[in-house]
Amino acid sequence: MASDHVNQTMRTEMSRVKGLGAAKSGTEHFWQHRITAIANIPLAIAFIAIVISLQGKSREAVLHTLSQPLVAILMLLFVCSGLFHMRLGMQVIIEDYVHGEATKIAALIANTFFAILVGVMCVYALLRIGFGAI
Amino acid sequence: MRYLLSWNGYKEEMMTDIKAPAARPMAPRPLSPHLEIYRVTWTMAMSIFHRITGSALYVGTLMIAAWLVAAASGRSSFETAQWAMGSLLGQLVLFGYTWALLHHMLGGVRHLIWDSGTGYERSTRMNLARFTFIGSVSLTIVVWAIALYLR
Repeated sequence: MASDHVNQTMRTEMSRVKGLGAAKSGTEHFWQHRITAIANIPLAIAFIAIVISLQGKSREAVLHTLSQPLVAILMLLFVCSGLFHMRLGMQVIIEDYVHGEATKIAALIANTFFAILVGVMCVYALLRIGFGAI
Repeated sequence: MRYLLSWNGYKEEMMTDIKAPAARPMAPRPLSPHLEIYRVTWTMAMSIFHRITGSALYVGTLMIAAWLVAAASGRSSFETAQWAMGSLLGQLVLFGYTWALLHHMLGGVRHLIWDSGTGYERSTRMNLARFTFIGSVSLTIVVWAIALYLR
């Protein structure tokens, strides 16, 4: 009977319907990690191929390639999707291995700051080159 | 979703067998077995590689970001960055970065297959893990060959 089920659990009906669990965020982290992973498959290949092909080239050649719209857009897409994915992945590693509450929170904040720092560095550089502001 | 192969899933499974001591002084609690207990298998090694390559990419991406900022900054900073990346050490790091990226990518594909609820048979998961390693090494060489050919 349904009433028996209600009596046997500490969880409220509302908590069961919301399905957010103990961490209060449900499966959001999991899904974001998977969706960015799928996006990263083609984008990472394009990104690394572009970076390798620019090795040893003159500054003019590098700026010329990076200011091509297709190249710039692919690079920017990878930076956004890749760094979002990277932050989620490092969050899991921190939660697995860092057990002190204060250290863990500090590490999680540092992780977010690092991902945003690297992201802004890349986006700023790519946009500046892409818009020909050099 | 099943996490049969994750360390935490395994540890949680082990923990359910441990009874909490009833109002007694804390005796040394049994700990779940860790890495050194197990025989090394392909799936275990590739699970660890997935984390290591992920962490390496975390640091390595900063290097590429610095190279991009140098390109956007000016001639002298770009030439310094291009020289550093073009040195033997720089090229080795970039080659390693490529392998880490492609290995992490194929490992991710393996996880997506498992997320769909398939590929859990012993032979399948061992073959998937072998494919991750062999595939990433081959793909790294192919990507570098194409990129070097195109330039």
